[in-house]
This record gives sequence, structure tokens and C-alpha cells, in this order.
Amino acid sequence: MFENIVEVRNLRKEFAADAVAVKDISFCVNKGEIFGLLGPNGAGKTTTIHMMLGLTRPSSGSIKIFGKDIEKDRVEILQRCNFASAYVYLPWNLKVWENLFIFSEIYGIKNRKEKIEYLLELFEIENLRNKITGTLSAGEQTRLNLCKAFLNDPELLLLDEPTASLDPDLADKVRKILKQLQKERSITVINTSHNMLDVSELCERILFVQHGNVIAEGRAEELMAKFGGASLEEVFITIARSSRLEGALGK
Amino acid sequence: MNLRTVRALLLKYAFICSRNTFRAMDVFFWPLMDLLVWGFLTLYLLKVSSAVPTLITFLIGAVIMWNILYRAQQVISVSFLDDVWNRNLLNIFAGPVRLSEYVAATYVTGILQSLIVLAILSSAAALFYSFNIFEIGLVFGAFFVNLLLMGWSLGLLTTGVIVRFGPPAEALAWAVPFLIQPVSAVFYPVSVLPPFIQPIAKLVPASYVFEGMRQILEHKTYDPNGLLISFALNVVYMLIAAFVFRHFFEEARNKGLLAKYGS
Repeated sequence: MFENIVEVRNLRKEFAADAVAVKDISFCVNKGEIFGLLGPNGAGKTTTIHMMLGLTRPSSGSIKIFGKDIEKDRVEILQRCNFASAYVYLPWNLKVWENLFIFSEIYGIKNRKEKIEYLLELFEIENLRNKITGTLSAGEQTRLNLCKAFLNDPELLLLDEPTASLDPDLADKVRKILKQLQKERSITVINTSHNMLDVSELCERILFVQHGNVIAEGRAEELMAKFGGASLEEVFITIARSSRLEGALGK
Repeated sequence: MNLRTVRALLLKYAFICSRNTFRAMDVFFWPLMDLLVWGFLTLYLLKVSSAVPTLITFLIGAVIMWNILYRAQQVISVSFLDDVWNRNLLNIFAGPVRLSEYVAATYVTGILQSLIVLAILSSAAALFYSFNIFEIGLVFGAFFVNLLLMGWSLGLLTTGVIVRFGPPAEALAWAVPFLIQPVSAVFYPVSVLPPFIQPIAKLVPASYVFEGMRQILEHKTYDPNGLLISFALNVVYMLIAAFVFRHFFEEARNKGLLAKYGS
């Protein structure tokens, strides 16, 4: 039987009466699963992730992670999670190892030096340990963010477009590392991405969201069969365009 | 509260300061400039006029103690702004960090920075003007604590406003202390203020500290009631500041502002 690590029920976020980022999203994620949150810009993916991290308060609905409510047990939950985003950075004027050292202290990592070295090597940035973070390329910063995300051996990892600034070669390497770590440690991953290769290679199940609503849910091949696309990218374009057309026609 | 988290956030601030020359100037350079300008101006006034001889001690003591309050306030707001400017705020609050731990780390940073400023300014005052601030005696410790508490309240309120209103409010981090300086009796007694402003000055904890300092320097005695009133006011303001900050922080979460500033 699957163990639900994440249970999101009827999640809604209204920033204003005419600005509803998330209308009604529900989903569950099983232990050890890599779950994709897919959708065009403004679909509500990042807002959903932020609500799951307790950074934004939902207007209604509930989020349970490890069976606990994020609003009530935020710190306890976040101790077992981690997060990386292509759009969130670590202090630019600190050295790479300093940033990782600070976060290892925040997460209470015991063997922090060994852990930092291991992750720097895993993501192939060990030569950057004494570099100032602000001098790193976008791709190097992304890998540094991923190092930070694995510091505490998270049981749940939330990734917001983790390979957005990586070239195809590095993106492929990062996907392989993510797969390897997920297999070895049974990590549950929620991954938002616009990169269809990321989603189809990594994610076992996909939730397609559009205008804050769930449009479809299933495995990549199930979605392709349902929407008649030869690839996930075609499915994405079909759903996004049909939804935009509906919006334009006021349906 | 987890002390390990507080220590980690303190370490972050120490690393950031040690790498940023301009930030280090806030601690080492600007307070010293303040002291030198006011000190030499007073020496000049003493030369050209029959100003009260104790004027130099009043003004130098005031500059030193004002900087304690100012740095304690500023460091709280600037620590938060650092995380906004670094787009690191989400990494912090997506981690197991309680709001109380975040605030506690900035408070401790405020103590450390105020102590460093005190060490620098008291040494410079001794060197250039033969003025020893510690001649005030043990009561200086009570003055220090009251100024620190007021700095914390102001810092927390300022940060709350910045959290709620975002980048347009950033300038408050440096401006807020100067808004209350005219009614804080820093360089002159409350009695010289217009009568309708004096009641306002009496609601400012720092005014009792600066009045107390002048009493000691001039008459070698002070009114302990003033310090008690100052402390009581500080406790009330700390509670109000904590409530306002918490309220604004929750409002920022509701409006998705943390996510907006953090990425």
C-alpha cells in the first residue's frame, strides 16, 4: 500500500478578488515518488509550492505533509524537507562553502564538512568551494542550490524549475543525479518545470494545472493518450492553447 | 527556540559583514566620523565663545550613546534587507527557521554591533578629547540596556513596515531613528522643547537616558525614577513592536509578499 507523504486538498489562493492564483487544486504524492507539477506560466505551480513551504498562506484548503498540517507544524515539517529554485539564490558575497556551512547549521547536520564535500563532488562543483557565490555562472548557482537542497537528506524535496538555467548536458547530469538519489534514499520529489524532457524523464506522475485548476493527472503516456499528442510537449501545447482559447472566448 | 538556528543566522550575518566593506563602514567608519565632527565642532565653540565647559562631555557622551541606539535599530532592518537583496529570503523561511529565531539573531547582532561601536567611540573619545564615557559609572550599563531595547523596538517596527510595504519602505531602515531624534533629548534637555512637544518627549525612553547622562556629567547624580520609566516604556514598546511585526509578517504571507521579495 502507498504511503501518502503529501496530501493537498481543495487548495485555493486569492491575492485579490480578481487575482486568484490557485482556484482548486487537490493531489496526493506517495512516498518515493517523483511527482511533476506541470503547467504554463501563471498556472499556479509556484504559488502551490510556496504554500506547501508555508511561505504563503492559503485562502482555503489544507496541506498535509508527513500527516501534519503545514500551518501548525511548519518547522517540524521543513526540517525533513528541502527546496531549490532556479529563481532563489544564496547570499552572493559569501563563498560557496560558507553558504553550505550556514545551511548545514540551520538544518542541524552532524557530519557537515563531509556532507558538503560529498555534495560538491556529486554535483561536480568541488573546484568552486572557495569561490564567491556571486561570481558563479547561472548553471553553477543552480548546482549549488541543489547541493543546499540535499544537505539534510530530505524526505521530501520541492524543486521549482531546477534545470531552468542548465545546458542540455548539465541538465541531463542533474536529472541522473536526482534519479539516483531518489532511488537510493526513496526521496519524494515534487518538481515543477517547463522542460518537458525533465518531466517525462523524471516524473512518474504528472499533474497538469492551468489557471489554478487541475486539468489532468496521470503518467506521461496516459496524458499523451488522453490528449492525443505524440509527446508531452504536444500535450502541453494542446492544453495550454485550448485553455487560452477558452479564456479568450470567455467560456 | 533553537539556539543552533540563531547561531547559524548570526554566522550568516558575520560572513556578510566581513565581505562587505560598505557594511563594515556602518560599524567602524560612520560612527567615528559622527564623533569627530561633533567633538571638533564643540572644541571650536568652546574657543570662540563662553560656552559651558561641560558642553564637550555632553555632546560626546550623546554621540556615543545615540550611536548605540542607532546601530541596534539599523542592524535589525538591514539584516532583513540583506536577505531580500540577496534573494535568499525564501531559502531561509523555506527552512526550519522560526520567526522568533530570525528576530533573536538580529537582536544579538544588534548587541554585538552596539558593543563594537561603543568600544571604538569610547577609545576615540579618550584619545581625542580625554573623555571617558565609563566615568558615568555602573549606571552606564542601565543606559546601554535601555538604548538597546529602544533600538530593538524601533528596528522591529521598521522591519515590519518594510515586510508589509516592500522596497518603497526600505529607506526607513536608515531614517526612522532620525524621526524620533528631535524628541529624544539627545543633544539638549526636554525643557528646551516647546511645551506642547514635551509630553511627547516624555513618552520616548531614550529621553530619560540622555537626561540622566547629562545629570551625571554635570551634577554627579541622576534620578533613578527616570531610568525605571524608561525601562517600563521600553517593555511596552517591545510588546507593541513584536505584535505589529508579527501582524505585518502574517499579512505579507497572506499577500504572497515574502515569495515576491524573495525571488
